[in-house]
Amino acid sequence: MKRHDLIIVGAGPSGLSAAIEAAKRGLDVVVFDENEKPGGQLFKQIHKFFGSKEHRAKVRGFVIGRQLLDEAAQAGVKVVLNATVIGLYQDKEVVVKIGEEIIHYKADAVVIATGAAENMVTFPGWTLPGVIGAGAAQTMMNLHGVLPGKKVLMLGSGNVGLVVSFQLLQCGCDVVALVDAAPRVGGYGVHAAKVARCGVPFYLSHTIVKAEGEESVTGVTIAEVDEKFNFIPGTEKHFDVDTICLAVGLSPMSQLLKMAGAKMEDNPRRGGQVPVCDEYGRTSLPGVFVAGDVSGIEEASSAMIEGRMAGIVASEYLGYIEKEAMDGELGSLEEALNGLRQGMFAPENRGKAIEKTEEGIDVSANLLKRGYVADDEIERFPGVTHKKGIHPVIECTQNIPCNPCQDACPKKCISIGSNITSLPIVAPESECIGCGMCVASCSGQAIFLVDEDLGDGTASVTLPYEFLPLPAEGTKGIALGRNGQKVCEAEVMSVKSAKAFDKTHLLTMRVPKEYAMSARFFRACE
Amino acid sequence: MNSVNDRSRDIGPFVPAPDDDMLICRCEEITKGEIRQAVHDGMWTMTEIRRYLRAGMGLCQGQTCARLVKGIVARELGVSPAEIEPATSRVPMRPIEMRIFANEAKEEEDYEQ
Repeated sequence: MKRHDLIIVGAGPSGLSAAIEAAKRGLDVVVFDENEKPGGQLFKQIHKFFGSKEHRAKVRGFVIGRQLLDEAAQAGVKVVLNATVIGLYQDKEVVVKIGEEIIHYKADAVVIATGAAENMVTFPGWTLPGVIGAGAAQTMMNLHGVLPGKKVLMLGSGNVGLVVSFQLLQCGCDVVALVDAAPRVGGYGVHAAKVARCGVPFYLSHTIVKAEGEESVTGVTIAEVDEKFNFIPGTEKHFDVDTICLAVGLSPMSQLLKMAGAKMEDNPRRGGQVPVCDEYGRTSLPGVFVAGDVSGIEEASSAMIEGRMAGIVASEYLGYIEKEAMDGELGSLEEALNGLRQGMFAPENRGKAIEKTEEGIDVSANLLKRGYVADDEIERFPGVTHKKGIHPVIECTQNIPCNPCQDACPKKCISIGSNITSLPIVAPESECIGCGMCVASCSGQAIFLVDEDLGDGTASVTLPYEFLPLPAEGTKGIALGRNGQKVCEAEVMSVKSAKAFDKTHLLTMRVPKEYAMSARFFRACE
Repeated sequence: MNSVNDRSRDIGPFVPAPDDDMLICRCEEITKGEIRQAVHDGMWTMTEIRRYLRAGMGLCQGQTCARLVKGIVARELGVSPAEIEPATSRVPMRPIEMRIFANEAKEEEDYEQ
């Protein structure tokens, strides 16, 4: 039987992070993953991540994936792909299917980083071809370059539903509606806002009545639900679609741990069946550790930190580092993890209705109900100010752990301060040079540069633009409001692309000056 | 024994519902009505449901339907899904052909390259 110091199951963000930390400390580490490519979900994430510099904020997910793989290779981690772990037995015996054979391994320590699987919901027609998970849509688009469908309805307004809806739009799909049975948008408001301003209508307190079609999906009917999630008769709405995407949560894939005899619990706050473990991933079985979504659904940034923690505690468990050294390193990782778990979307706030920001400002009711901040709500947020000449307008209205904008401005116009979840403030005395670094740095695409009066009755609005093909200078079209509806005619003044913008292009459009504070997206005339 | 499995509890009669013919376990083609009926036949745990109906015993091994089945059983019993014990986890974790399952690799080969 082959032996290793540490066997890791799953080469996603947490598994790779654990492997890196352990290999750096001298452990002989092997990672098994059943997929043909490593990186878990990271390589499907084409958007810029939130957080601070230490969390690799404003770096796109797939780039983080590449960085992790490089780091793993440098540390001497062996990653075995197409290797399905089919069993975890007592005394850390790991049974793996590789090719057409079964191989038994023995490890001195094991990290289970198997991640999670998508949940499904049932409705008449849910088994028709064309009903797919949002993760499947992402796999098709971002790994295989295949369009999931032409007209899509998205069920689920959490971050997965919002992010995948935007990616579908980027691929040229028509997203006809974003639907959620909950009364409030579940994901980040900035993710919702960038979908809403493209013209996607949000239907909160709605769910799917039925999918229609004989051979495959040809349409869908939704209806409003009451507080008890019963349909309200007469509220039905029909859409012609060929695809229904379900983004209704994830369940930890924790079966290996249960099989091995780890103490389990059913914890709805962590997504279902999870191992009982401490904050560093130690399970009830000595030498068996967990990291990432398998121990509770979060997101990739926290999974990477949890992975590093598991790699460090595994190193200490096997005597490769002293307890004091471990405690020191865990302390700083814990701080980084706590940084991510703050704000309105912190785990303890899950499902709660939050009415005021940390600053005491009323949260936009429209944002939670329709996906965008209404024109009469936007002025109350500290990033939205007015002055002569070009200046940033920061439509960041919820306390989320993210701060790249304050470092992006070379003139120090933007400040968040030491509390990472504070809303960004535009410094009143600062001098904006219109470089656009803030616009490109905002992972939520919530920063605009506005010159409210160009002197000829028009104004300029610079917005983050991630659609291809890029419109040429002089292209005529319409400006859309935050709600995705036409507000006025618009003309493209310039489209700036720069390496430092990392594929977020800066589109500047000219609009009549009375629309400077309402025009937020550009659509070329057909 | 937890209170969920107190079989002397009266859960009322099986009441047919309009969505009883909806497929829940796609692999084994088990409907919602069959699962609800099974609860009234005395199958109160996920393990019993699996053995009685084969729901969750197909190709995906319950990856898709386990959570749905659990929700249906819980609702029928009038308890929270968190109180229903999940089915036993067994090797093999993933569907695998018997010829491969029985094909143990020879010691000297190195598969990590």
